[in-house]
Amino acid sequence: MRFGVVIFPGSNCEQDVIHAARYLGFDAEFVWHGDTDLSGYDAVVLPGGFSYGDYIRCGAVARFSLVMNEVVRFAEKGGPVLGICNGFQILTEAHLLPGALLRNQGLKFICKPVNLRVDGSCDWLDLPLGSVLEVPINHNEGNFTCDAETLERLNDNGQVIVRYCEADGSSAEGGSAPNGAIDDIAGICNERGNVFGLMPHPERVVDPISGGTDGQPFFTTIVRTLAEVAG
Amino acid sequence: MARYEIFVTYKTGIFDPPGATAERALANLGYEGVESVQIGKFIRLAGDVDLAQVTEMCEKLLANPVIEDFRIETVEE
Repeated sequence: MRFGVVIFPGSNCEQDVIHAARYLGFDAEFVWHGDTDLSGYDAVVLPGGFSYGDYIRCGAVARFSLVMNEVVRFAEKGGPVLGICNGFQILTEAHLLPGALLRNQGLKFICKPVNLRVDGSCDWLDLPLGSVLEVPINHNEGNFTCDAETLERLNDNGQVIVRYCEADGSSAEGGSAPNGAIDDIAGICNERGNVFGLMPHPERVVDPISGGTDGQPFFTTIVRTLAEVAG
Repeated sequence: MARYEIFVTYKTGIFDPPGATAERALANLGYEGVESVQIGKFIRLAGDVDLAQVTEMCEKLLANPVIEDFRIETVEE
């Protein structure tokens, strides 16, 4: 089981992802944005950061880097792809996930731990529905949006995997999203469940030295999923 | 060489955080008549490219059709 962690110019969370995977005993290696071969990897992670300086729109330029052609192909074959923060933005720009991430409501860069409620399951996360996790966010453009039809489809298909919530798992009146995200959406997957994108940073709460372990299931679940597929 | 001016704005119904903030700030400054402010992008593009190509550039890269509309104006020399 080997994770490939893609480095774009301006990525800055790739070390954290590598550390998280290795801390849990998994093999993880960097993948350069100019690489065109993902055959040595079982799962691909697009890490957080500011790829290409976030110019034009977050993820808009990274989406056209060479490696992304391979990531799209990998995902279409059912390969597991996780996009964290800027990685999530890249996945929406690449149309591997629906919707888009707008500037935070209130225009503030937000960096703090938030509560997430598990509202669905996919290849990357399969916890009891209603579980509450504490995971940090660290973004300026995390305000997820999509049209009403897409939102209905996401909800009907159970593609909303994590929502921002209160500490007890409830949703505040007027929303619990610190960034104004529609329907408190923090993370969604594609219909097949192999591509998952979220704004919070699970890799930062894997090693307890960083203050929590609620991010561990994101890594252990995909490893288990792949093991089950392999039989 | 052709010159183009491109205006990129949020689609109707997409929340525009900078626009909403400017709207509130203008009201705080005492401009009571302001009903709405939308903030978008303005792009000047020049080169040996035709309108169809510029449209494709907007659809692919310069705008995100999921959330944004764009308008291209050809600048007469």
